[in-house]
Amino acid sequence: MKPTRLNECGNWILDRFPVTKFWNEHMAHYYAPKNFNFWYFFGSLALLVLVNQIITGILLTMNYKPDAKLAFDSIEYIMRDVPWGWLVRYMHSTGASAFFIVIYLHMFRGIMYGSFKHPRELIWIFGMLLFVALMAEAFMGYLLPWGQMSYWGAQVIISLFSAIPVIGEDLSLWIRGDYVIADATLNRFFAFHVIAVPLVLVMLVFMHIVALHEVGSNNPDGIEIKESKDPWGHPVDGIPFHPYYTVKDIVGVAVFLLFFATVIFYMPEMGGYFLEHANFIPADPMKTPEHIAPVWYFTPFYSILRAIPDKFAGVIAMGSSIFLLFLLPWLDRCKVKSIRYRGGIFKKALLLFVVSFMALGYLGTQPVTPVATTLARLFTTIYFGFFLLMPIYTRWEKTKPVPKSLTRLHSLEEQLHTLEEQLPALIDEITELKPVVTEIGHPAFKSSFFNRRPNPEGMMKVISRLAKKAKGSLD
Amino acid sequence: MNNKGVDKSKRQFLTSALTVVGAVGTGYLAVPFLAQMQPSVKAMAAGAPVEVDISKMEAGQLIRVAWRGKPVWILNRTPDVLATLKTLENELRDPLSNESEQPPSSKNPVRSIKPEIFVAVGLCTHLGCSPTFRPEIGPTDLGDNWKGGFFCPCHGSWFDLAGRVYRGVPAPTNLVIPPYRYVTDTLIIIGEPAEEKAA
Repeated sequence: MKPTRLNECGNWILDRFPVTKFWNEHMAHYYAPKNFNFWYFFGSLALLVLVNQIITGILLTMNYKPDAKLAFDSIEYIMRDVPWGWLVRYMHSTGASAFFIVIYLHMFRGIMYGSFKHPRELIWIFGMLLFVALMAEAFMGYLLPWGQMSYWGAQVIISLFSAIPVIGEDLSLWIRGDYVIADATLNRFFAFHVIAVPLVLVMLVFMHIVALHEVGSNNPDGIEIKESKDPWGHPVDGIPFHPYYTVKDIVGVAVFLLFFATVIFYMPEMGGYFLEHANFIPADPMKTPEHIAPVWYFTPFYSILRAIPDKFAGVIAMGSSIFLLFLLPWLDRCKVKSIRYRGGIFKKALLLFVVSFMALGYLGTQPVTPVATTLARLFTTIYFGFFLLMPIYTRWEKTKPVPKSLTRLHSLEEQLHTLEEQLPALIDEITELKPVVTEIGHPAFKSSFFNRRPNPEGMMKVISRLAKKAKGSLD
Repeated sequence: MNNKGVDKSKRQFLTSALTVVGAVGTGYLAVPFLAQMQPSVKAMAAGAPVEVDISKMEAGQLIRVAWRGKPVWILNRTPDVLATLKTLENELRDPLSNESEQPPSSKNPVRSIKPEIFVAVGLCTHLGCSPTFRPEIGPTDLGDNWKGGFFCPCHGSWFDLAGRVYRGVPAPTNLVIPPYRYVTDTLIIIGEPAEEKAA
């Protein structure tokens, strides 16, 4: 067949720029484990949110004014007078929270399935650097609306640096560029938020993915699929990323967008968690709002800061609560990766950690009271215990045998089928047939009416059975 | 020309020399880049002293003025408050203000030039929030130990009505007292130090 003009044109480019090679290396010939579950959506979703933030961010800069006198009004201008400005702004502000939701789930997946372990330590380190850069990006972006929460939040966070002995005061002065948070601070945060940190983020994402594709993806079974290959050199338990996982990820994207759009259109402020109420008041350097709290994604770390009754120690504790995550690959001494084959002690520790992380997050949104402080101290201890005791409890862990190749998962069809079979018995157990007592109608018919009524005894049985099962899965 | 192969030591020397020169150059370039983030001349020049007329202040009243972009409080303390201050010393971290920041004229237990009129920078020494003024005694949210003072809502630091920090709270030192002086009995200037009296 004679090559067409179009083919020739395409080949001309491919001879000079290796698009196909790149595509094959990272998509079409990149073999990913067959058994990815929904936890594996969050990596690609994070990429989607990053793209969303960059595009909406560029659009926002077209109307935003990084000036202490104009900033607050320019946001209102975007919300009211710029065509579709409200949508772009809500996509950006909701995107910030969505980014953290997705990233926290992505990180939890990594901890749960041991994706941070040998040989993927560097992927984890790059990921943690991404997390820190993302926190910096979110923090600086939050100053830009120049509301009360923007102002006092930045005041608190920048003051954290002043706790460092000797250089602290000069350092925080250097960061602010003025003796208080002022126009100079706003302007430089704008520069960092719009160009410096996004460049770092994109670079780190690139390194994160290159490192991942070098060693290959982990999976819910935590076994290396590269160890068993077919005669053609492809992993037996792997399938090409494209088209299998690109198509699967589209489903994840669709579900994500459903939630994302719901928030944007129906609850963009998320009850004061995504956009805090006090931030609808222009910044006032004379008065701190009655109750100040950072945005929800910083609250766990903020709680740790608040729990320590000493300025410098509090800052150190907050810093190390993030830094300890970097050390995770070396703190965990257990050879088994996935939680499916790990010992009960790790499962319990992880459960405690998740509970304390969420509790700290909740407490960070609440005002300081003696009870809240005591609770925050308790959960801070658990948080640090999870990491610092890890080298001890993971060493004695009783693990289960890890299979050589991926375990077969029941398909959705099979799962539905079993459920269908069990359903009638379950309904019989949690309900009982009772005769209907009625005043109307002929007495002869009264006893022939029966109704299904909930049976408390049966329900308790089912609940205790489920609880036993849940407890069993922790061993 | 020799045919003994490559003399690697020369290459090594050139590489090291270039690295050192490059590092020094980068260091020099870093100075202006980093220094341009320091406060500008304009920012340093701002912060003129502020005059405050206190003739109309009632007993127990607090007013706020802005000085160098920071909130400054002026509080007219009642004799009751001054009496309470004396009873608190055991609960305070630095009752005599030895580790705190204030002009010499205010380095005394009540931390002011005149006992009744208290002047302070209204920013918590912990992380810079502006504490709230809570003069009432034993309110429900703060408990019976509260003898009136300033409460920082951000991280729960307690200060008494002389800006002295309590023990066991995050703030490390007492509230900062700015330099100020009396022009007349009812007019003070914030930002200018009081004349040192021969003590």
